[in-house]
Amino acid sequence: MATILFYILATTALAATGLCITRRNPVHAVIYLVNAFFALALLFYLLGAPLVAAWEVIIYAGAIMVLFLFIIMMLELAPAEERGGPGWQRWGPVVLLSAVLLGCTLLLLTLDPQGGDGVPAYYASPRTFGYALFKEYALAVEIVSFQLLFAAVGAFYVGKSDWGKPRKGEKR
Amino acid sequence: MIVPMVHILAFSGAMFLMGLACVLARRNLIMILIGVEIMLNAVGLTLAGASALWQQVDGQIFVIFLMAMTSAEVSISLAMVVYLRRQKGTVEADAFDGMKG
Repeated sequence: MATILFYILATTALAATGLCITRRNPVHAVIYLVNAFFALALLFYLLGAPLVAAWEVIIYAGAIMVLFLFIIMMLELAPAEERGGPGWQRWGPVVLLSAVLLGCTLLLLTLDPQGGDGVPAYYASPRTFGYALFKEYALAVEIVSFQLLFAAVGAFYVGKSDWGKPRKGEKR
Repeated sequence: MIVPMVHILAFSGAMFLMGLACVLARRNLIMILIGVEIMLNAVGLTLAGASALWQQVDGQIFVIFLMAMTSAEVSISLAMVVYLRRQKGTVEADAFDGMKG
């Protein structure tokens, strides 16, 4: 059962990604990408990584994609919406993909994901994960925390509105 | 393993190629960044699959580091998109040819 779910979810993720990279409107691309990330989160869960699946939803679909949407809306990059709202050709595919994802999630809730076809799948509990992360990889965690701090400082520096004076001949 | 490793590799390879095509073909800076996101996610799925194949937790830990790296990269690059938009008034990649590359 888990095997069939894997292939369904892989097809869904590929379809969502394909639709995402061909959209003209960046907002539509981001919506399809959120669908692809939900499918990927379920795939992570099927591969025995429940913590990674949760973080995929929280960090990628939750934080990073909202940041993208925020920047798209702040810079007014999306073309104006047509009168009368989007037609069914626009929202049909995304509703279909979301329905498939919802169906797969409900199926996963009702069956035991570890007992797929009698082969015991690998499952990393959050306890195992945390021990490995904070014992063997403690130095890497520190380095990553520094990296995030530098990224925050760099984003603040680049995004400051009075960043230098406009050089001559340059359009602000 | 619920599926052969080859299928996981084929799937993430296809997804990586889609992201690469998006980076190479699109001219919008936002779409280029979205392509980078797709590629990083494909790599993450490969790492999780390898983790399941060898029954080791290290692959999943690398996915977490990949996510931390991605969030740092996205924050910097979106700040740069805002800055470039302020400089030139556009987000089309062809407008930024100041280095005559």
